Amino acid sequence: MNGLEQFGQDPWWIIAIKVLLVFVVCVVLTLFNIWWERKVVARMQHRIGPNRHGPFGLLQSLADGVKLALKEDLTPQKADKIVFVTAPILACVPAFVTFSVIPFGPEVDFFGERTPLQLTDMPVAVLFVMAIASIGIYGIVLGGWASGSTYSLLGGLRSSAQMISYEVSMGLALVTVFLMAGSLSTSEIVAAQHDWWFGALLLPSFLIYCIAMVGETNRAPFDLPEAEGELVGGFHTEYSSLKFALFFLAEYINMATVSALATTLFLGGWRAPLGIGTLWAGANEGYWPVLWFFLKMFFFIWIFIWLRGTLPRLRYDQFMALGWKILLPASLAWIVVVAIIKMAAIQGDFSPSWILFGFGLVVTAVVVLGFLNRMPEKAPQVTKPTGGYPTPALPQGGAVRGAAQPLVFGPDAVQPGSSGVRIISSPEDELSEDALPEEAK
Amino acid sequence: MSFVILATIMVIAALGLLFARKPVHAALSLAVVMVCLAMVYATLEAPFLFAVQIVVYTGAILMLFLFVIMLVGVDTSDTLKETIAGQKVLAGVLGVGLGAILIAGVGQASIATMRGLSSANEGGNVQRLADLLFSRYVIAFEATSALLITAAIGAMVLAHRERIDPKQTQTGLAQKRVADYAASGKHLGPLPPPGTFARHNSNDTPALLPDGSQSKKSVPAILAGGVSNGSNDVEGDDA
Repeated sequence: MNGLEQFGQDPWWIIAIKVLLVFVVCVVLTLFNIWWERKVVARMQHRIGPNRHGPFGLLQSLADGVKLALKEDLTPQKADKIVFVTAPILACVPAFVTFSVIPFGPEVDFFGERTPLQLTDMPVAVLFVMAIASIGIYGIVLGGWASGSTYSLLGGLRSSAQMISYEVSMGLALVTVFLMAGSLSTSEIVAAQHDWWFGALLLPSFLIYCIAMVGETNRAPFDLPEAEGELVGGFHTEYSSLKFALFFLAEYINMATVSALATTLFLGGWRAPLGIGTLWAGANEGYWPVLWFFLKMFFFIWIFIWLRGTLPRLRYDQFMALGWKILLPASLAWIVVVAIIKMAAIQGDFSPSWILFGFGLVVTAVVVLGFLNRMPEKAPQVTKPTGGYPTPALPQGGAVRGAAQPLVFGPDAVQPGSSGVRIISSPEDELSEDALPEEAK
Repeated sequence: MSFVILATIMVIAALGLLFARKPVHAALSLAVVMVCLAMVYATLEAPFLFAVQIVVYTGAILMLFLFVIMLVGVDTSDTLKETIAGQKVLAGVLGVGLGAILIAGVGQASIATMRGLSSANEGGNVQRLADLLFSRYVIAFEATSALLITAAIGAMVLAHRERIDPKQTQTGLAQKRVADYAASGKHLGPLPPPGTFARHNSNDTPALLPDGSQSKKSVPAILAGGVSNGSNDVEGDDA
């Protein structure tokens, strides 16, 4: 293992296999993530989720993908044809390209050749990811513009504003990682996390990155570019068939990319999770690191899904205020702190690790406690039914807990009276919505 | 070899920038030129400049261009009408002059293989750049950043406007709606959307109320034939 020297030495067929593997991993990850997201969100909403195609419904996304590809491909009359076709490609290709600098593992024996489990690396690999991601934004913005529809245009504008704003905080969160690792290359950053994961050492940066990566990928609760309540589908309102599938693919690959980047930069990359590496020396050799890498990556993807299943969408001005007024100054201040501590450690010849860890922990605790304290305490609101509107019956015995019951079909399945909508039909309840204004007049 | 490919694409894109009728197409051609320029940097072993070129120029500056151009609208295209008298002649003269200078300048240069790249990149491209920026060129670097910050503050000052009335919050608006309801009986919530519980979802199909009557409020006044939104619900009237 000697830095960047180990890259660019592979014979052509190994590079070809690696390229193919990166492509296959991206596509399979997308299929899996869609299934997983639907399954987890279904559990959170007391449903079962896809369970028809393949074991546990695993082939559901494949079936959906085929269906999507066979749908009619519509091009609106007012669309700008060339840009309309280019946009989904422009969104999709960068998503694949960014995966080329993600290290999946250390140097391994790969069909008889010693080669790192990473397509390539460069002195500016992390900056490269940011650069390629910023090209991916073009796909979304141009797709929104070229559709010739107001909803799409507004969605495209929102997404460009959002991604530019959150890329700034994201980049600044990465600066502290560069400061500590002394390099911008992904493999060297993983090597620098031999003793301390940067997620622990630079806790505030880690949290800022985690927030920014949700904003960067247009995922809930920051999915304003496709807010269906306001913009129908946002930038992809007018897209159908394979073009829409490409946007969909790009979104899920981007989710995987930022998760993989977070793993690489903050959770030690392919290194075995805490303790395993010291107990079992073989954990960081051979193909085992691939397992650790994907476990950590799926942890982040699970957080994405959890957020989507839990949080409502932010209002646009609140979202922008969070990015520019909180995350940006916070990351700038934290960079100054890290630079001072690191410089003092170099001058005073001591290890900055524990000081940084403690400082980061204190700062995070203060911020989180301050945030919790700001929450106003509200008494639970009790409202009496006013009548006149159909009020849904609450589930008997309070809120439903635990997993959903499996679906049962057949004559015994229906239990009357256990659920359903109750419609009040007594005469005094039959108030039209204008009854009150009339009284007031 | 890579230069020949990149240069061809760049020249075509640059011509597209000149001749495209729609401003967005021109901006896109510019983006292609910028990305190709970044790739030229990459082939010249300047990886940092490669990444920064894309992040800053393609990702940020050109995106802001697009932002403005897109708001102009899809259908607008350049007009060939002269807005300044003698513009075309002047542009032609200056263009020929610039071309002459460029040809003279490039013709003087001797084109050979690159020299000194390995010594310039010794110890890593990023590290050497940082060394230069923060030692030899530190004053130029700081002056540039001061200039850029001044420009940003200037833009903010120009766009700044003192707030005259207090900022409306979500709570304040909700309280105002309730107060209006108490005072005049103005409907609190949003109007029922057209087609709720109805058999059609077109905009002129009124929503059904819980008692089965139709809500005229749910149909936009202009579709309902100029009937104002305040009218009562009429049973059986399909607008």
